Parts: sequence; structure tokens; C-alpha cells
Amino acid sequence: MKRSLFGRIWPNATAVVLFVGFVFPVYWMFATAFKPTGDIISDDPVWFPTDATLDHFKKAVDADHFWTLVVNSVTVTVLSVVLSLVIALFAAFALARMRFKGRRGLIVTFMLAQMAPWEVMIIAIYMVVRDNDMLNSLVPLTVIYMMMVLPLTVLTLRGYVAAVPRELEESAMVDGCTRPQAFIKVIFPLLAPGLMATSLFGFITAWNEFPLVLILNKDAEAQTLPLWLSQFQTAFGDDWGATMAASSLFALPILILFIFLQRKAVSGLTDGAVKG
Amino acid sequence: MSVQTEGTDTAGEPAVRKARVPAPPRGDGRTAGAPSRGRAAAPYLLLLPALLATVVLLGWPLVKNGLLSFQNLNPRQLIQHLTEWNGVDNYREVLTGEDFWRVVGRSVVFTAVNVVLIMVLGTLIGLLLARLGKKMRLLLMLGLVLAWAMPVVAATTVYQWLFAQRFGVVNWVLDKLGWHSMADHNWLETQFSTFAVVTLLIVWMSVPFVAVNLYAATTTIPGELYEAASLDGAGTWKSFTSVTLPFLRPFLLATTFLEIIWVFKSFVQIFAMNEGGPDHLTETLPIYAYVEGVGNQHFGVGAAISFLTILVLLVITSYYLRLVLKQEEDEL
Repeated sequence: MKRSLFGRIWPNATAVVLFVGFVFPVYWMFATAFKPTGDIISDDPVWFPTDATLDHFKKAVDADHFWTLVVNSVTVTVLSVVLSLVIALFAAFALARMRFKGRRGLIVTFMLAQMAPWEVMIIAIYMVVRDNDMLNSLVPLTVIYMMMVLPLTVLTLRGYVAAVPRELEESAMVDGCTRPQAFIKVIFPLLAPGLMATSLFGFITAWNEFPLVLILNKDAEAQTLPLWLSQFQTAFGDDWGATMAASSLFALPILILFIFLQRKAVSGLTDGAVKG
Repeated sequence: MSVQTEGTDTAGEPAVRKARVPAPPRGDGRTAGAPSRGRAAAPYLLLLPALLATVVLLGWPLVKNGLLSFQNLNPRQLIQHLTEWNGVDNYREVLTGEDFWRVVGRSVVFTAVNVVLIMVLGTLIGLLLARLGKKMRLLLMLGLVLAWAMPVVAATTVYQWLFAQRFGVVNWVLDKLGWHSMADHNWLETQFSTFAVVTLLIVWMSVPFVAVNLYAATTTIPGELYEAASLDGAGTWKSFTSVTLPFLRPFLLATTFLEIIWVFKSFVQIFAMNEGGPDHLTETLPIYAYVEGVGNQHFGVGAAISFLTILVLLVITSYYLRLVLKQEEDEL
């Protein structure tokens, strides 16, 4: 089938327009962050940051508590992801490899839990945390973020464990491994793509979480970066250069992680599927 | 990433689910003889931490939410740790108030507009991806992935800057296009234009998830189906409606439900944009519950609003789960 010239051009033209549309906000964030203030507040936009400057980044980093909040965010994110991976591995192994009463019900429970409307439960969580005198602490944040990502982690890892051929595990056990050893030596390494996919999701969830920290941690030293960023613009008047520098700093780790891991994670999912 | 950030959770999954070979039926019968008691307990022991976490961290707040919604809980009771039950007063107050129903109507319209836009644009872009050459596809994918990965709070801040009254690039472009009244337009001044900005933001963040996964799903359509269709004399449109669409139907249905759930409970985009303003006019149910409950410190009333919202979401979720469970029946 031969397509007309028009038929060949329009998909590519549309793709370019869409590409620009999707990339522009991200580009504009970085571009503004590097532009000197004079170029930001000019009557005609300066499209490329020709005299790049790091002033705005310096201002963002020097803002009150910045490094404390970085430490808070990293701690909460890493701990919650690691905790949920460990707990989920046990559960996923049981759900994928063992037959027992109530298995189906548990899977449905995790599917329901995965859809939990956390944004709407903040008042109740606030009361529970307050009654336990844990406001302005990182512990409730860590465990609740862990719970936010746990169901999906369990369900995804279950698929990966199920995709490892039983024979591999059995032959390891024939060679004298116990079942836990067989799990660690044979199944675990094959789960790497699954672990990456789920931890990517976990990192994004915990790094971005906003409503809970908004209500639980009023103390400026106990907050995390999303809250800091959302208040940054108000705090700095309309200093868009510094605000965009702060946004860039906040977004960069996730953008990098996503671009590196997304292809691997997705192709990992597909490989697992094909090899079944 | 929450709504959209949340979007990553099923990356590539719909396509995968189809292709995954169902596990062969089996008992746990590798070793001969009846399983010992320790063996029978093993799965429950392995699941214990996950179950405990779910009960304590999810179940408890849910129950607490139900309890709070039957209490008179204002700053006085909060500070003195008083528990005052007031029956269904909170529900009566909420359900007979005009505000609540106005917010419900607004949330429904807001969700509907967003989901329709996301699904239509996502599907079109997904199909476009399937049609593009390799290089152009990679380029567009890169753009989509960048928008998809952008953290919600950062994205909201960037949109505030794009639509800023002074020096915002959108106003500049509209002005240059001849729409001079837009030169110093304040987008967050009216309900409609605030919603327009929020909608654009949500659609921009959510479309990549639909488009990329839909493209992945189209790659699993067997080529023979199209050959058979063209042997039967089907044109482009006919083979689209008789092969592509039926094949993608389960995916589209499940994704639509997911998007409904995500958009309905979106919080950050609206709150960080303008805190539900101007004048409470862009409050959807989650924001309304927060502003009433926490902002105005009517915690009991806020809990009642939350509970009603959770019920609505539960109904939508159960439809979604039924769909997913039907697709996965063989796997469970």
C-alpha cells in the first residue's frame, strides 16, 4: 500500500507538535532556572538561556532548612521503599508459590488496598497520629508511605515470582539447597527487573506525597520537599527564577530515575511475560 | 507519582497481563506425603507482616474515619481530648447543606471532562505512536515520558509560572496571536479559567500513561488478524473497528476506570494551584473535606465528607476490580 505524500507527512508533523507540547513545560522549568532575572522579567520571553547563571539555584539551596528537608525526604523515601520491598517479597512468595485457604481473598484485598483513597483519609490519619503523639515526626510518614506502595509491590512481585520456572528452584533444591536458600540464590536474582519497577513506583509515590505531610508535620524542620516547594513561591514573592530552580532540583532525581529505569522496568515486565 | 505519578504503577502491565502464560495448575505436591503442620502455617507466616501493616495502617484509619464522622469534634473537643458522640448530625448537616451537593456536582463534571479528554487524546496519541516510524516514535515517547515522570508538585508550580499574570509565557503568546485582552490576564481569578489551567495540567500529566500503554497493547495484536481482515476486503477504517478496537476494549475499559478514580481524588493539582480558590469555587470533594475538616477545624464534619467520598470511590473501584478480576480469572 502506498500512502500519499500528505498521508506520510501528517503523522510526523503531529508528532513534532505533540513532542513540543509535552516537553515545553519541562524545558521552560529548566530554562527559567538558568536565566538571569532580567531575562525572566522581560516583555518578550527569552527562549534560550544564553547567559546561563546558577544564582537561582544558589538562592534555592540557601533557603531555610533546605538541607534538613532534603535529608528528611531522602530518609522517608528510601526507608519506606526498602521496607515495603522486604515485606512484599515474603508475601509475594507465598501468594505465587503456595496454595492455601484464603489466597484469592487476600489477592483481592491487596487489589482493593492498592486503590485506597489516601488523599481523602488524611483527617482520620491525623487523629490517629495525634492520639499517639507522633505529629511532626518522620515515623508516621515513613510507615504510611510504605503502606501506600505495599499492595502494588506485592501484586507485581507475585507476577515475577510466578514467572520464574519452578524447575530452576527445584534443581537448586536437588543440589542441596534448602527452600530459603533456593529462594535467595535462584529466584531473587531473577526478580531484579521487578524490584526495579516496583521501587521506581515507590520512589515516585513517597517523594511526591503532599497531603499527608501537609497536615501531619507543621513544624518547618519536620517537613519534606514537596511542601517546601509548594510554599516556596509564596515565600519568595514572585521570584520565578528561584522557584523554577527549586522545582528543577526537586524534579531532577525523579526524571533521571524514571528515564533510566522506565525502559528497563517495562522491558523487564515484558520479558517476564514472554518467558512465562 | 500521585494521579499521574501514580500513573506509573501499571506501566506496561495491560499488555503484559494478556501475554503472561497462566501458571500450570498444581498443588504444592513436590514432596510426597501429607504436609506437616509447620508447612501449612508457612504461607500465613510469610504474609503476616504485610497483613499486619494493612490492618494497622489502612484498616485502622478507615475505621477511625467512620467513628469520627459520628462525633462532634471541633477545636474545643480536640484540645481537651473529648469524645462527644452526636449520632448522624454530621451527615444531616452535610447532606442537607447546599454546599455539599454543589461540590458533588462540580466534582462529577470535573472528573468527566478530564477523563474524556485524557482517554480520547491518549487513545489518539497511542494509535499515532503505532503508526510512526521508529525515530519519530522514539522522539514522541521521550516527550511523553518526560511529562509522565514530572513530579506533581513541580508540575503544578511550573504551570503557575506558564500561566502567570505578568511575564507568563501563555499570556504573551495569546497577546501575540492577536488576543490582546489576554496580555495581563489573571488565570486564577475566575472559577472557569482556574479549572481550565488545572484540567490542562492533569490532562498533560495523564495522557502519557494511556498513550504509552495503549501503544504497547497494540503491539500485541497478532498481525494475522489484520491480514484476515484485509482478505475479507476490509479497508483501514473497517479493520480498525473490527480488529483494533475489539482487541483494545478491555484495556480501554480498565484504564477509563483507573483514570476516573485518579482524577476524582486528585488533590495536589487543585490545592497547590490555588487552594480551591477563588472563593472556594474550585473545591472538589477531597479539597472540600480538607478545607471543612482541617481548615475550618470541623473534624467530625470533615470526616463525614471523607466517608461519603470514600463510598463513592469504593463503588467506582469495585466496578474496576470486577473488570480486572474477570480478565485475570485464570490466574488467581
